[in-house]
Amino acid sequence: MSDPIISTCAYVLIHVPSFVRYGSKPTREIAASLEPLLPVIEEHLRTFEEVVAYPPNQVFIGNLHPDRLNDIGQPWYGHLLKGALRHGAYGEIMPEEEFYGLLKLADDFDLIWFDKESGPFFRQALEGNPFLKGMDLEKIDRGVEKERIEEKVAGHGSLPLYHRGRVVGCFHRHHDQDESLQAQVLMENLMAKASGALVLKHLLKSADTAPEEVDFLLSCSEEAVGDRYNRGGGSLSKAIGEMCGCVNATGCDIKAFCAAPIYAIVNAAGLVKSGVFKKVCVVGGGCLAKLGMKFKGHLTNDMPILEDVLGAIAFLVSKDDGVNPIIRLDSVGKHDIGSGSSQQNIMESLVLKPLDRMGKKVTEVDKYGTEMHNPEVTVPSGSGNVPLNNYRMIGALAVLRKEIDRSEINRFVTEHGMPGFSPTQGHVPAAVPFLGHAIDAIKRGEMSNAMFVSKGSLFLGRMSQLSDGMSFLIEENPQKH
Amino acid sequence: MFEGKKAIVLGERDGVPGPAIAACMKAAGAEVIFAVTECFV
Repeated sequence: MSDPIISTCAYVLIHVPSFVRYGSKPTREIAASLEPLLPVIEEHLRTFEEVVAYPPNQVFIGNLHPDRLNDIGQPWYGHLLKGALRHGAYGEIMPEEEFYGLLKLADDFDLIWFDKESGPFFRQALEGNPFLKGMDLEKIDRGVEKERIEEKVAGHGSLPLYHRGRVVGCFHRHHDQDESLQAQVLMENLMAKASGALVLKHLLKSADTAPEEVDFLLSCSEEAVGDRYNRGGGSLSKAIGEMCGCVNATGCDIKAFCAAPIYAIVNAAGLVKSGVFKKVCVVGGGCLAKLGMKFKGHLTNDMPILEDVLGAIAFLVSKDDGVNPIIRLDSVGKHDIGSGSSQQNIMESLVLKPLDRMGKKVTEVDKYGTEMHNPEVTVPSGSGNVPLNNYRMIGALAVLRKEIDRSEINRFVTEHGMPGFSPTQGHVPAAVPFLGHAIDAIKRGEMSNAMFVSKGSLFLGRMSQLSDGMSFLIEENPQKH
Repeated sequence: MFEGKKAIVLGERDGVPGPAIAACMKAAGAEVIFAVTECFV
C-alpha cells in the first residue's frame, strides 16, 4: 500500500481585539501596572479591515504565496494590500461580531450570556456566513438583562465580554472551587473549540467531504480541557467533531507543545496507512492565552498589537489518490530522548537523519517549512526572527556537509526558506502553515518536495529539561509519472 | 575561572539550552543556583 496523502488543508484567522486583554501576558500586566495600561493597549488595536489587508494574513489564508512577502516593504503593517479579501483559497478571516455568535453556538453549558441588544446583533452578523448553515442560530438570540450580567461579574466569578469597547455579556465559571472550570479557563477552551470547528467546516467543504465520512479526529490544539480531577483530560477533538456533524467519528488529542500538529499528522498518516481508519482529520483551534503575548514590544515601538487574531488549522489525511503529494512515512524525523537539546542536535535528528535514510541531500529538499512565526511580531520584543534562524541552521548543516559554501547560506535561505507569516499561536506556526502552499506548488509542478520541521519546548511544563520535535517530507505523487 | 561565584543561568530554546550553559559554568568552577530554559515565542 502506498503512503497516505494530505488531500486538503484549511486555515482560518479570527480577529478578536476585545479578547487581547484576556491573553495571559496582558491579563498579568494590566493587573500589575501602576499606570492605566488597558487604554494604551486599546489605542494600539487594529480594525478588521487592517487585519484583512495585512500581507502575512493574506498568505496564511492562501491568497498570496509566502515568497511574495520578500517583495513587500516592511513593516508589513505599513504596506497593507489594496482590495484584500477576507476569504481565501484555504479559509477566511472572521470578524469578532461573527465569532461571538459562533462562540455561543459552541456553548453547550450556558457559559455565555449576551445582553438583549447584543445577542440579536451577533446572530445577524453570523447569518450570512455560508459555513454555518443548519446550525441553531436562535441559541444566540437569548439575551439577559444587563443587571444580571453586572451581578454575575461583580460577585460570581464571571468575566465581562466586550465588543467595540462596550460590555456585551459575560462568561461564567462552572464551579466555584474548581480552578479548571473558572471562567478564564473555560473561555480559553471554548475559543479553541469554536475556532477549531470553524476551520474543520472549511476543511470539509474544500474537500467536498460530508462530515459523516470522517472516521477519526485528532486535535492538536493548545488548551487543557478537563476538571479538578483530570486537568487537561482532553478530547477537544470530539467536541469539535460534534459541532461539525462528524457523527461517525471518534477522536482524541495529541499533546506535544508546539510540535503537536506534526505529531498529529504523522499519527493520522500511520492510522490511514495501517488501514485502521480511512479519513482522519487533524484540527487545531486557536489559543486565547497567546493573544497579546508580545504587546509590550509593540507598544515600545508604537506599532499595532499584531497578536489580535486566533489562528486555526485543519488537515485531511487519507489514502493515496494518485494526485496529491504523498507523506513519505520513511521520512519521519524524531527527536529521541537521548538526542540532546542543542540546536544542532535537534536539527540533525529532524533534518539530517531522515534525509540520510532517504538518500537525499539537504539541498535536494525544495522548500523547508520550519516554525513560521511572523518576525514582525517577534523581532520588536527581542525574540528574534525564528524562521530565519532555523533556515540558517539548516543551511549551516549543508555547509558542514560541504553541499554548499558558507558564503551561499543567504542564497540557501532565500531559495529553500521563506519569510515567517504565521500568528504566534504556539502550535499554529509549527511548519504546517506552509503545507497548503506546498501541496499546491507540487501539484502545479513548481516543486517536487517539501520538508516540515517543528520543535516543542517540553521544559516549559517543568517535568523534564528535554526539547522536542518532529518532521516529515511530502513528495510529488509517484503515480503522476 | 568562576570559583566561589554563584551563577543564575538563563537558556533560550532557539539558542543555547539552560543545562548546557549550566554544565559549562560548573566546569568553570561556578555554583549554579538556578538554571532554566525559556521559550520566547
